Amino acid sequence: MIPTATGSRPRKPFARRIAHTVEPWLYTAPVLVLIIAVMLVPLVLGLSYAFRDIQLLNPFSGGFVGLDHFRELSQDTAFYRALRNTLWWTGASVFLQFFFGLILALLLDKPFAGRGLAQALVFLPWAVPTFLAGLNWAWMFNPVIGPLPHWMVSLGILSAPNNILADPQLAMWGPIIANVWWGIPFFAITLLAALQAIPRDLYEAAAIDGANPLQRFTSITLPFLAPTIAITVLLRTVWIANFADLIIVMTNGGPADRTQIVASYIFTQAFKRLDFGYASAIALVLLVLLLAYSMVIVVIRQRLIEKD
Amino acid sequence: MASIEMRDIVKSYGDHPVLHGVDLSIADGEFIVLVGPSGCGKSTLLRMIAGLESISSGTMSIGGREVNDLKPKDRDIAMVFQSYALYPHMTVADNMSYSLRLRRSPKEKIAAAVAAASSKLGLDPYLDRRPKALSGGQRQRVAMGRAIVRQPKAFLFDEPLSNLDARLREQMRAEIKRMHAEFGATSVYVTHDQIEAMTLASRIVAMNAGEVQQIGAPLELYDRPANLFVAGFIGSPGMNMLEGTVISETGSSAVRLTNGTTISLGQRVDLAEGTSVTLGIRPEHVAIRPNGDGAAATVELVEPTGLGIILHLKVHGLPFKIFSSDRALLAPGAGLTVGFPPERLHLFGPDGRRIPLEARPGDAPSS
Amino acid sequence: MGILLTIAHRLAILVYVAFALFPLYWLLKVSVTPNDLLYSEGVRMWPSHATLEHYRYVIENSAFPIFFRNSLIVAGSTALAVTLISSLSGYALSRFVFRGKYAVVALMLITQMFPLVMLVAPIFKMLSPLGLTNSLTGLIIVYTAFNVPFATFLMQSFFDGIPRDLEDAAMIDGASRFTAFRQIILPLTLPGIAATLGFVFTAAWSELLFALMLISGNDSATFPVGLLTFVSKFSVDFGQMMAAGVMALVPACLFFLLIQRYLVQGLTAGAVKG
Repeated sequence: MIPTATGSRPRKPFARRIAHTVEPWLYTAPVLVLIIAVMLVPLVLGLSYAFRDIQLLNPFSGGFVGLDHFRELSQDTAFYRALRNTLWWTGASVFLQFFFGLILALLLDKPFAGRGLAQALVFLPWAVPTFLAGLNWAWMFNPVIGPLPHWMVSLGILSAPNNILADPQLAMWGPIIANVWWGIPFFAITLLAALQAIPRDLYEAAAIDGANPLQRFTSITLPFLAPTIAITVLLRTVWIANFADLIIVMTNGGPADRTQIVASYIFTQAFKRLDFGYASAIALVLLVLLLAYSMVIVVIRQRLIEKD
Repeated sequence: MASIEMRDIVKSYGDHPVLHGVDLSIADGEFIVLVGPSGCGKSTLLRMIAGLESISSGTMSIGGREVNDLKPKDRDIAMVFQSYALYPHMTVADNMSYSLRLRRSPKEKIAAAVAAASSKLGLDPYLDRRPKALSGGQRQRVAMGRAIVRQPKAFLFDEPLSNLDARLREQMRAEIKRMHAEFGATSVYVTHDQIEAMTLASRIVAMNAGEVQQIGAPLELYDRPANLFVAGFIGSPGMNMLEGTVISETGSSAVRLTNGTTISLGQRVDLAEGTSVTLGIRPEHVAIRPNGDGAAATVELVEPTGLGIILHLKVHGLPFKIFSSDRALLAPGAGLTVGFPPERLHLFGPDGRRIPLEARPGDAPSS
Repeated sequence: MGILLTIAHRLAILVYVAFALFPLYWLLKVSVTPNDLLYSEGVRMWPSHATLEHYRYVIENSAFPIFFRNSLIVAGSTALAVTLISSLSGYALSRFVFRGKYAVVALMLITQMFPLVMLVAPIFKMLSPLGLTNSLTGLIIVYTAFNVPFATFLMQSFFDGIPRDLEDAAMIDGASRFTAFRQIILPLTLPGIAATLGFVFTAAWSELLFALMLISGNDSATFPVGLLTFVSKFSVDFGQMMAAGVMALVPACLFFLLIQRYLVQGLTAGAVKG
């Protein structure tokens, strides 16, 4: 070794170090500026509204009211009903979307002639604008121009061709069906992507080891899909709980508030009664509930991953 | 062409050090091979020369100029990747000329450089193809061509042959050696394949766990491994390692193995009796003695390689390997006697370092 | 057994296709049914004679051409802006390790959590003094921000699928990181860019809530808003409503059909592995 006269480090030029640190932020800056300006700042403002009296048409509103909105909320039976409806709406929608989405993904994972076309067609509902999906299904349930009531009578589900959206007992099924129709592709696409990432030789190895198709599904497919399932179910649950478009378009919460979910209730409070303070208070409660739910799922997912 | 100097190069990710101070001087025109098991830091070191990894501390200079803070594009080095890293959306010609186009060389000069490289590598028929339409060997050549066209200060190779089959690998190995002889370009070559290391290197740098174990000419590492790691890593089939303790016999020291066998060192060594040591002997240096003195062994397994045979033996319960070019017809279960010529023994102290034994062929008198 | 399974498989696919397409088919069917047949042939699969009268009426007597143009501008600009911005941020998340990275990811995840309804009033109050309410520009800005987080994750997964060796090689060849990004990495991400464009276009084309709140008046109304006001005004003329619906559907569906296979590819690369 030839010794040379170099002193000890570190003496990285300041400019270079700055450039190195700044580089990632240059790439992310546009996104961060947008998100902070258009989402985070309004969110904080919105949260502050929960503690203020904000009524759009009342020039004397705007003062702080502390926890008044939350006190009112705790007495609000319509809110509790909306909470129950949200559970039912979200649970049924997510379960059915997931269940039928998984089956569709498994069907599409097998190569067959015309798979590309079939895949494009079954995923098409996802491209339908949600408000239009809502309108369209509302029309389908309308006995005047829609076939569904008549079919349901033929199948013995209904005794007379009535609009189920007007029936307090059945109304929630309308938006749920529309939501399932619209949302199956999301699960099918993500699950199909996850399925296609499973190495094929695992199945061959399992087949050689004598596993039957069901065993292969439970011992290879499901464990591989588990992380994807956990994250998509989490995201979708949160998303659907917040998703009011279909309900607003199809039933507007009626009949008799039977389809009113928390998200549509917030919408009603904000834009029908123009009471933004109260609407923000409800939204804050919903946000807290969803965050709590997400934490639970994230912890469960972490457990699953650590088990691998 | 240029020399490369590394002084106390350290790399750590957070609190986790992966290179603990590497010193290495590479002379102009040398072919240096960094060899070691995966995770030993050899690729990291190569990427630090390239400027793809930052240097946590220490200095790196290329051609006498410190490059610590130079970006890869300003270091004037070329690199051949294991994955070849050919640009999939460019033709072979465009792949090779990309570096020259980036530095806005004149068109005629680019064309001439690409033509020269492609004819040398036999790529002329493929210049308009995309990498996808090439075989593995052809892709490897394109990667080489991309490095040659720019006539860089140094070539870096990151396991460039690992994705080729055995036949092609042998062919490309010879080709790389020929090109180095022709251009005399300073080269740093990373591999885990010790045959590549032995055949290509003017000097090998053996690395393990982020530290340089030994630097030297290939045969030097083979004949006089500095420690147990190098002894075990260089050579195939690997050196036999036998643990034991030093005992004193009349006239010379010996080592008593764990199974009770005693092997004479043929000379006195300056170690206290009872010191635990490791004795090494390469499989090709073990003597098979038809009926002479030595240790009795039984054949467990016979692996013919064509060139010779590898015998897996048990010597009083200790596993042992012998390589012999003599295709002695031995079946598993057969017994034979093996001897350990003292001049072929390697002795390693309790710290794993080599303890020089004198009067051995190839062992230059140490200073 | 094998044959039976195959038949069952094809039948199941057929059921899914029928379920997916039937509502859209029905929309189309009613839109071409003449008014006098609408009630008498209510549940027939195809009217005894078809007409484009509803389409003609909607195009001539309503502001739908303007809605259509507005929606194209909004959805197109949003898609371009989001794709541009999110390819930068997606690249940063895919390639850089930097302090604060997790904070950035967490920030983007949080934006996917809360009810966007909460933001309507504050955003209205913020945009109003800037003159960005009742303007397509305001809508584009809001939509861009809403879509950028998911698009970032999507683009990140596409970048994750491209070997780092390629930009290492480019940088050694003499490119700066940004040059390598533009000349080597972006061209290889074209499918991902197509997927992101299509995804965002569809989302922006469909958005109702904010369009409803930020826009008043026909001049800058987008298709969803126009259709909804049309529906509440002419709630009896089903033929015309559905004709308008079909027109709203076509661009989104076309875009989606073009990009859907890249979407699966992109997600395969790891968008959902978290």
